[in-house]
Amino acid sequence: MIQSDSLQPRARTVTPGGTVIVSTVASDAHTWNLVFLQLLLEEAGYDVVNLGPCVPDELLVAECVRRDPTMLVVSSVNGHGYSDGLRVVTKLRARPELERTVMVIGGLLGVSESPEERDRQPADLYRAGFDAVFAGGGAADLKRYLEAGQRRTPELAGPR
Amino acid sequence: MTREPVRPAPPPAPRPGTGTPAAPDAPVDFGEFVRVRGAQGTLVMQPRMGFGDPGQMRAGLLATRAAAAVTVGTLTLDSYTRLGDHAALAEVLGSGGPLNGYPLVAYGTEVTAGVLHGVHGPDFPVQVRHGSAAPQDIFTALVAARLNASEGGPVSYCLPYGRTPLAESVANWRESVGRFAALREHGVEPHLETFGGALLGQLCPPSLLVAVSVLEALFFRQSGVRSISVSYAQQTDPEQDREAVAALRRLCGELLPEPTWHVVVYAYMGLYPTTRTGAYGLLAEAVRLAVRSGAERLIVKTVAESRRIPTVQENVDALEFAARAALPHRRDPLGPADSQTYAEAAALVDAVLNLHPDVGTALLTAFTHGYLDVPYCVHPDNRGRTRSYIDGDGRLRWADPGALPLGRLVRTDRTRHVTSTSLQSDLLYMRRKFDDAPDPSALNPSSERSVEPADDAV
Repeated sequence: MIQSDSLQPRARTVTPGGTVIVSTVASDAHTWNLVFLQLLLEEAGYDVVNLGPCVPDELLVAECVRRDPTMLVVSSVNGHGYSDGLRVVTKLRARPELERTVMVIGGLLGVSESPEERDRQPADLYRAGFDAVFAGGGAADLKRYLEAGQRRTPELAGPR
Repeated sequence: MTREPVRPAPPPAPRPGTGTPAAPDAPVDFGEFVRVRGAQGTLVMQPRMGFGDPGQMRAGLLATRAAAAVTVGTLTLDSYTRLGDHAALAEVLGSGGPLNGYPLVAYGTEVTAGVLHGVHGPDFPVQVRHGSAAPQDIFTALVAARLNASEGGPVSYCLPYGRTPLAESVANWRESVGRFAALREHGVEPHLETFGGALLGQLCPPSLLVAVSVLEALFFRQSGVRSISVSYAQQTDPEQDREAVAALRRLCGELLPEPTWHVVVYAYMGLYPTTRTGAYGLLAEAVRLAVRSGAERLIVKTVAESRRIPTVQENVDALEFAARAALPHRRDPLGPADSQTYAEAAALVDAVLNLHPDVGTALLTAFTHGYLDVPYCVHPDNRGRTRSYIDGDGRLRWADPGALPLGRLVRTDRTRHVTSTSLQSDLLYMRRKFDDAPDPSALNPSSERSVEPADDAV
């Protein structure tokens, strides 16, 4: 269930030079986006763990709990990022160990033809537990987000 | 400089059964069909095509057959069948939802016989394409339907697409190819094509594509299939690509025990141009490569490639465009001289084959040691130490060869550092090059209308 109070600012910050997990969702076999993000984040000084294609929910949760990353970056380009992302972030946020972990998602997230639905999707993902949603690509947005002092920037993170 | 590589003996001959005479109603050997036309100087054209609805699938095959080109048919399976997710597939089939391919295993032989009846025959063989690292059910269904042409490979259908451990994929493929080879007991010749010439689709130096394609062919041969095609996907530089196909032909000639193989070129598999002009320009370049290098078959790409799954008409347009674009070119393969691509590919193949007499075991050991290491492949069983880039002339090179056994064959430019920016630029290299290029019809004596397909396709 989406918590209404999750729209309140969360005091999560990204530790510079910390470990970042780069992952995609269970149904997505694309990897060039993950390789690109890995390089981008390594250049920004982070220690990156790239989980590769088609990551099952349980594996993503287990890896996050085991490695305790400062941030999780989920990228999906197959059009199922919205539904898969909603499902897995709910499981991630259910783990108390991951309460402080910054979680962001980006890529080509939805396949919906309806503009209303496409407008609603980022807000849904945000409410479900992501700290920032970069719909429709977003590597430049991710960079800006990290450069903005690793704090949540409402114009990027929240519903527009 | 010529070199005499040290190689183990070729794989042993397939099991008995090879002498079984062809059954009277046996489907034509896909490989023989293509080789005969290749020998006559005709490039055989093939689309990628798969529909969940049997009627639509049949219509697509009929349209491919009727196209103004020498064609073979394609039946591409859906992703649920590929992943073996039979429960999810049953749910979609029950609700009448859309599928991105033909569910061969779920439909059974009767439905498939209905799709193919009067469509495939001696003048129109059909190949089944899938992409599975666990294809046992698929090959069982192929044998039951007497469908005798498919493709894939233990490496190329494992590393790029998912998380199946490589050891499992090798075991799965060994079992599957063995089942498929049993078609000969029914007087039917099975054919397999390697997907190793494509791997991640782009940014892999050609020598590694050639090596994996050859090694998968040897794996197929050792598992009992002798009608084989070896793939090579067009990369970024026409001359380097020509070297690669020459290297592929030479290595197959040296290592496969009989000449029952041919080469299939895939039109560019990376980020495809988004404009009509760019898309057809790149396809024309692939046609030129295929004809000049002496390849026998070409798998085309369409104008819709960068956006979505193409329609039947878009596929027919691409097949006919490719057939017209092939006319001005003549077979002009490179001679036997060693190219850089051949030297690297031969070194990789030799090093792997020397690891173990069983090609499957040798492949596993090779990936463990980093003797094979696909750049930018994040599969857990790929070492991931190699890096590649496109140099100033458009050729693919190693930025870091990792532990590949290339010795002094490769001079590594230690100042060359792959960054997120340079990677992105290399990934977009072909799209930009062809989207910005002048209209390809300007390079062709035919009028634009006759070269470009009709606009009612979309």
